[in-house]
Amino acid sequence: MSTPTHSLQRFELTSARRRKDRLARGSIVAATVVALIPLALIVYYLLSKGLGSWSWNFFTTDPTGNTFFAKQSIGGVKSAILGTIEIVALAALLAVPIGVGVAVWLVEYGRDGRFAQLVRFFVDVLTGVPSIMFGLFVYIVLIAGTGSSYAAYKGSFALALLMLPVVTRSAEVVLMLVPAALRESALALGAPRWKVIARIVLPTALPGLVTGVLLAIARAAGETAPLLFTAAATFKTSFSLSGFMNSLPVQIYNDVTSPTTAVVNRAWGAALALVSMILLLNLFARLVSRRSSIG
Amino acid sequence: MEAASFASGGRSTLERSPLARLPDRALKYGLTALAAAILALIVYFFIRLVGEARPAFAKEGVLGFTFGNDWNVGANHFGALPLLMGTLITSVLALAMGVPVAVATAVYVTELCPRRIRTPVAVLIELLAAVPSVVYGLWGIFFLAPKLQPAEQFLADRLSGVPFIGGGLVTIPNYFIAGLVLAIMILPIVSSISREVMSTVPPDHKEAALGLGATRWEMIRLAVLPYCRGGITGAAMLGLGRAIGETIAVTILIGDAPQLSGHLFGQGYSLAAVIANEFGEAQELHRSALFAAGLVLFVLTLLVNVVARLLVMHAERTNRPKRSVRDFTETDTVIGRALGS
Repeated sequence: MSTPTHSLQRFELTSARRRKDRLARGSIVAATVVALIPLALIVYYLLSKGLGSWSWNFFTTDPTGNTFFAKQSIGGVKSAILGTIEIVALAALLAVPIGVGVAVWLVEYGRDGRFAQLVRFFVDVLTGVPSIMFGLFVYIVLIAGTGSSYAAYKGSFALALLMLPVVTRSAEVVLMLVPAALRESALALGAPRWKVIARIVLPTALPGLVTGVLLAIARAAGETAPLLFTAAATFKTSFSLSGFMNSLPVQIYNDVTSPTTAVVNRAWGAALALVSMILLLNLFARLVSRRSSIG
Repeated sequence: MEAASFASGGRSTLERSPLARLPDRALKYGLTALAAAILALIVYFFIRLVGEARPAFAKEGVLGFTFGNDWNVGANHFGALPLLMGTLITSVLALAMGVPVAVATAVYVTELCPRRIRTPVAVLIELLAAVPSVVYGLWGIFFLAPKLQPAEQFLADRLSGVPFIGGGLVTIPNYFIAGLVLAIMILPIVSSISREVMSTVPPDHKEAALGLGATRWEMIRLAVLPYCRGGITGAAMLGLGRAIGETIAVTILIGDAPQLSGHLFGQGYSLAAVIANEFGEAQELHRSALFAAGLVLFVLTLLVNVVARLLVMHAERTNRPKRSVRDFTETDTVIGRALGS
């Protein structure tokens, strides 16, 4: 330990270093504040413009399609809200079993094998595919391929493809957290593999699985692009999944381009409704994950 | 006695008849088939997409389509360069504006922030990811773009000599606004991945720096950032992938003009936006050209995402293992040298 004493002077906390430190820390804090400004502005504008157009009629009437005559009503967003719920519900019904199934396979059977790595890679690839490409894919296969028209269930297919990687990846993480000892004890007691998965692994991971599913649903609910050429848009409320169906994002997208102020205001109201739905789902997801015993 | 009663109660897996073991087999092969189906699906999609895009490629040539500077629906002539450039310009703008801010937020949350507000700040930034694309578009076109137009005009006038930025008419929807909103949209993902990578920096690296008398910032610059370079690059690439593929917000904000604007504040088009905007009415060759644009977009995002995944994976893998004595001394001498200078 022969540190030359003169070098200690070089490590002195000079005022220049102190200034630089303060400047850098200040910039980092400033950048964080800058990052939060858009959120504040968006929330502010959504509330101030969106709440203004909320009314009983807004939620209980369909859009009328009228945008030219100021005297007549332009209608509300009832069909869009119900349509979003229907389309997303079917998408979840499709994506959740498949997504969780693939995750179970990855964790219980595939593990670190070469094929499992390949599947993981492809699931990641799916995560990166632009959302509009899912719409194009469903269009090619289910609309151009069959010569039929747009339908709500085709929109659900597109959203299901979008949800699939989110569900699989989050489920995989949660399933891996299930303690190996639980599986081993069940197997040692003579339980067959399927029973271990169905009775031990999945129930243990359930809260985490639900969180992942809710987040995937929240993401799908806000997507416009996959629905444009699959479910299309219409004005009327529809409960038939094989017909055209309206949805909140598509309705907002169509309203944005309108030159009529009232229609743009309806878009703000619809946006507030959509964001509220998504935030509620996010909140639920967080509450469920807090109750989880693992992870 | 005990063993006998146990055996009479239930039989071991090995004693079961092949028929009783059927559900097990079925589950295993069923799930394997499901996993394989996902692979098959992506490959099938790719093949069908190429098939649909073929007429456009046949007419213009693959390079002629991708780099032809003329998208003219009326003349049935399709060159995707204006779209490709629009996608690239807006995405690069998004990275240039979004990544520094996102990394700064990650540094703030992991290194500087008081423990109490750590989670709230992180959650607030994550909330940006919960806002749907179309709502960003709505907010951008009716609030942000009109509010920023005077500032953009000022910049364009002042910097009139600078190529690409100066001169020209400032329109409400333009490359810059689209890029700015994209920057906000990629912020949460870049920030959260950077944060994850930063949390893998071993505490003793940081403590070593502080112990040698480094200030907080010097510790961040010398111990944290170099350690996370790979991971942050990967996060930025994932953000780039998002920005390239983002559709609806860009469609609303870029102006949908199918020519290459010579300057930052002019209208343009992007690959994703052209599909969203024109696909509904497109027929025959036009439709095929839009599929071809989709194919270019797909390949572009694929490349970016693969590189990004590899970078993040590599960064996390090299960061995890316990560090050796060698890099302990190495880090410390680097810090010592930097402090001395």
